[in-house]
Amino acid sequence: MAEALTFYTLAGLILAFAVLVITARNTVHSVLFLVANFLFVAALYVLLGAQFLAVIQVVVYAGGIVVLYLFVVMLVNLKRPPEAHHDPRRRSRLGVTVALVVLAEIVVIGLYGYVQPAGPAAAATPHLVAQNIERVGWALYTEYLIPFELASMLLLVAMVGAIVLAKREL
Amino acid sequence: MVITPTHYLVLSAALFVIGIIGVMTRRNIIVIFMSIELILNAVNINLIAFSSQLQNAVGQVFAIFVVCVAAAEAAVGLGIILAFYRNKETINIDEMNLMRW
Amino acid sequence: MIDLYVIPLLKIFFILTGVLITVMYLVLLERKVQAWIQVRLGPMRVGPHGVLQPVADVLKLFVKEDITPVKADRWVYTLAPVIVLVPALIAFAVIPFGTSVHLFGRKIGLEVSDINVGLLYIVSVASIGVYGIILGGWSSNSKYPLLGSLRSSAQLISYELAVTLTFVAVIVMSGSLSMVGIVNAQYNHGVWFAFAQPVAFVIYFIGGLAETNRSPFDLPEAESELVAGFHTEYSGMRFALFFLAEYANMIVVSAVATTLFFGGWLRPFPNVVSLRFLDFVPSWAWFVAKTFCFLYLFLWIRATFPRYRYDQLMRLGWKLLIPIAIANIVVTAGVKLLL
Repeated sequence: MAEALTFYTLAGLILAFAVLVITARNTVHSVLFLVANFLFVAALYVLLGAQFLAVIQVVVYAGGIVVLYLFVVMLVNLKRPPEAHHDPRRRSRLGVTVALVVLAEIVVIGLYGYVQPAGPAAAATPHLVAQNIERVGWALYTEYLIPFELASMLLLVAMVGAIVLAKREL
Repeated sequence: MVITPTHYLVLSAALFVIGIIGVMTRRNIIVIFMSIELILNAVNINLIAFSSQLQNAVGQVFAIFVVCVAAAEAAVGLGIILAFYRNKETINIDEMNLMRW
Repeated sequence: MIDLYVIPLLKIFFILTGVLITVMYLVLLERKVQAWIQVRLGPMRVGPHGVLQPVADVLKLFVKEDITPVKADRWVYTLAPVIVLVPALIAFAVIPFGTSVHLFGRKIGLEVSDINVGLLYIVSVASIGVYGIILGGWSSNSKYPLLGSLRSSAQLISYELAVTLTFVAVIVMSGSLSMVGIVNAQYNHGVWFAFAQPVAFVIYFIGGLAETNRSPFDLPEAESELVAGFHTEYSGMRFALFFLAEYANMIVVSAVATTLFFGGWLRPFPNVVSLRFLDFVPSWAWFVAKTFCFLYLFLWIRATFPRYRYDQLMRLGWKLLIPIAIANIVVTAGVKLLL
């Protein structure tokens, strides 16, 4: 009962803030609504028992990526925002209708094709320790070590690339 | 009522669609990037819901990699936006047509 | 029912009251300590030896006129001090003030909640606190606050990295992310982590000074440079919230330093049996004493060192502290593997 209440509250807030992100006129308000959205998604992760990922979501997404967006928004502070007048070539209402039809389709498929919960997967980590963070750590460092190293190389390349792109003169 | 993984799938689908609407209808390129982040979050919710249902940590590992890739993509994308802004003084994606015929 | 709702609410109430009163008297203590170091007396008029000065300060801030600049973004302007204060206060949720006590037949732990990712939780609330500073400066629609907030937030996110890397070294030594687990690991190893990881401790303290915008890293709010930095346009109660947040952050940094590096609520030499007579001192008293030692260190450093210039500050953070912190992690992991 408490779980259902929490889930519906969080889901409603997540979707409300997401809609606000894409419809806010002022870009800084848009960014702030995105932060709120991420914080509530982190709360949802805690509800699902993934505490480590919840904290990673706050630290990396809400506390790192969105700060980057906020800096760029402040640096690109335009007098005349891009959507100052209506562009007739863009058919927003048609687009939104199509998107909502797709959403209705997905919901119907989800409701009618409910997957029976399977037993514990055979490829589960051999050490079934109690805490969430230990299980994630084991999986990350034993079975998925190569993707982990590749992800670190990707981040290094992205760091170098971002610095080179944003410098005034090389 | 019991919260089944289907609830999380519906939430994730709705968030995904909101992100797609944002990418397709807004012209401010920063808002488009933020909508892409919404899409990635929807995918993460999906992964973690399944990880919780199947009691397997792999979903969360995948979600960590998604966060990682999103961070890299945001950094590089914002660098590109800044470089473009310095040249053309615009963040309207309709005006970013230097390479069109 | 009682265990789930009433006891945590009571703990939160006591911790918040304690923190707010400590912050008030910390402001007075700072003025007094700075005065004594500078061979003068500090506030002496309000109450005997100035002990009622915080009351006067609070009254002044309450009744001051609340100014909002023209063309400031009203919602963000109001929200910014709140966004700075809330993370500073909720970080106290995971700090262990002592071992469990037995009250009314129950065993009550002296932290609000011992989550298994406690240390990362503190990192996450610290990274949320950056928003208030960025938004406070930007929403004031004025040049000095904007510059101050950009400098301050760049400083904060740079030193946050160095601090998180020192946390990784502590986690390698203790094997647990929960704060209570780290204190217990110090008990099991028999040594405080400040002596096992001196490099990490020094880097953490320097990073903590930078994270709280304290001297010698207080350029973003230096009076001679930027009027008052990101909180120039704020007055009255909103300024009080920024002020409160800065001192609460100081207390959090000191409390985390105590827990991670100085044995939390353990007495000195916890494994030495011959010193068992020191056990009459309750565990939370050790914790409070150690935290106050760190707070005094903050105040002492402010009165002693000159201010860092902004480019020197950034160079220190990126080119010196982060490489040393990474090297420290590698050495710690190597030593732990070989032993």
